[in-house]
Amino acid sequence: MARVAFTEHVAKVAPGAGGVYAGADLREVLDDVFRAHPQLRHYLLDDQGRVRKHVAVFIDGVRVPGAKALECRMTDASDVYVMQALSGG
Amino acid sequence: MSERLLVSTRKGLFDFRKQGRDWRVAQTSFLGTPISYTLRDPRDGALYAAHDNGHFGAKLHRSDDDGVTWLELTPPSYEGVEGDPAPSLRLIWSLAAGGADEPGVIWAGTLPGGLFKSQDRGATWVLNRSLWDRPERAKWFGGGFDEPGIHSILVHPQNSKQITVGVSCGGVWRSDDGGATWDVRCDGMWAAYTPPEAKTDPAIQDPHRLVASASAPDVFWVQHHNGAFVSTDSCANWREIAVPPSSFGFAVAAHPRDPKTAWFVPAVKDEFRYPVDAKVVVARTRDGGQSFETLRNGLPQHDAYDLVYRHALDVDESGERLAFGSTTGGLWITENGGDDWRGLEARLPPIYALAFG
Repeated sequence: MARVAFTEHVAKVAPGAGGVYAGADLREVLDDVFRAHPQLRHYLLDDQGRVRKHVAVFIDGVRVPGAKALECRMTDASDVYVMQALSGG
Repeated sequence: MSERLLVSTRKGLFDFRKQGRDWRVAQTSFLGTPISYTLRDPRDGALYAAHDNGHFGAKLHRSDDDGVTWLELTPPSYEGVEGDPAPSLRLIWSLAAGGADEPGVIWAGTLPGGLFKSQDRGATWVLNRSLWDRPERAKWFGGGFDEPGIHSILVHPQNSKQITVGVSCGGVWRSDDGGATWDVRCDGMWAAYTPPEAKTDPAIQDPHRLVASASAPDVFWVQHHNGAFVSTDSCANWREIAVPPSSFGFAVAAHPRDPKTAWFVPAVKDEFRYPVDAKVVVARTRDGGQSFETLRNGLPQHDAYDLVYRHALDVDESGERLAFGSTTGGLWITENGGDDWRGLEARLPPIYALAFG
């Protein structure tokens, strides 16, 4: 379980996507997000399910590299921010 | 003559219309978003806009009302395609409508090198595995981008089973059976950027742009990385032609009715990439590449550092009206085949592609 917030750009693609989602790790949490908002999958992940290079994931205030982020364990108190990185613009 | 020009830029899609003598922006779409390519499907009038969203990946949108509203489509995907690293869509670099006898068919050329086909107006896409699985693809490499890509897709106007694609860097490929099988057609091309023993290897050639004459579809023109080439036998053989003032460039356009006429926009070769002597010129041949005229009336003739990308030159169906756009946002139009040009007042973002529509 985690509270997930999205950058404004993503919020435009999927209004109302921010909220609380279920999952033991971030991959499961995002899968829960994509069940409700399938159009977000290819915005955040590439064709192989990897976090996009210029998508920044913060877990409890700390930026976590994409490959590691998906494996991070979630608790009921986890706060996840999905932002657009300053690179890639 | 076409009265509309669709200009894909670093900061959105600009829809120009001719108003009297002037061309003005009649409509903008996706302001702020890089648009790598825009296709207007001549069969049903639909517009397809490929986005190169730096953060969230390549996207594809379609409009069925001439750009007033857009529908986001699911873009081509490499999901399930193996590799090390496993591939992912980097860019939709080119789009082409299928033949008149195959409504709904759209082709997409992508980085990292996959050709995709949709049979339902872009709603779903399938990777063309027969080209992707060719062993020669292992020799392909990026030109300009980190990964190879398909930038030119030509469907024969009378035979939609005949498809010719240009790959940077990976040669010119032909299918005569709708994409079921492919062969590479680069005889006569050579590469200055490889060791001598590899210079005629067809699968490492870098055709920057491949175009064909609409009325004589066996005549093809290529602006290659280190030269220009013409084929009059449907890509079986290529003949090098000398384009003044430089053999380097990206863009080429073929006259729609006269197979001996084509236009190029040269630049200083590859480590520089700006106009020769900082003067923007267009080179035109009217004799199949035997000779060229250097056209400059109305084009900047001093302090001009405009580079013209491969999709940023187009000719309309009359063969008299052409337009080209530059990396510094310059946009020029001619109404008489290139004898005289006029720069538009608009100060645009870097131009990736343009097309009359």
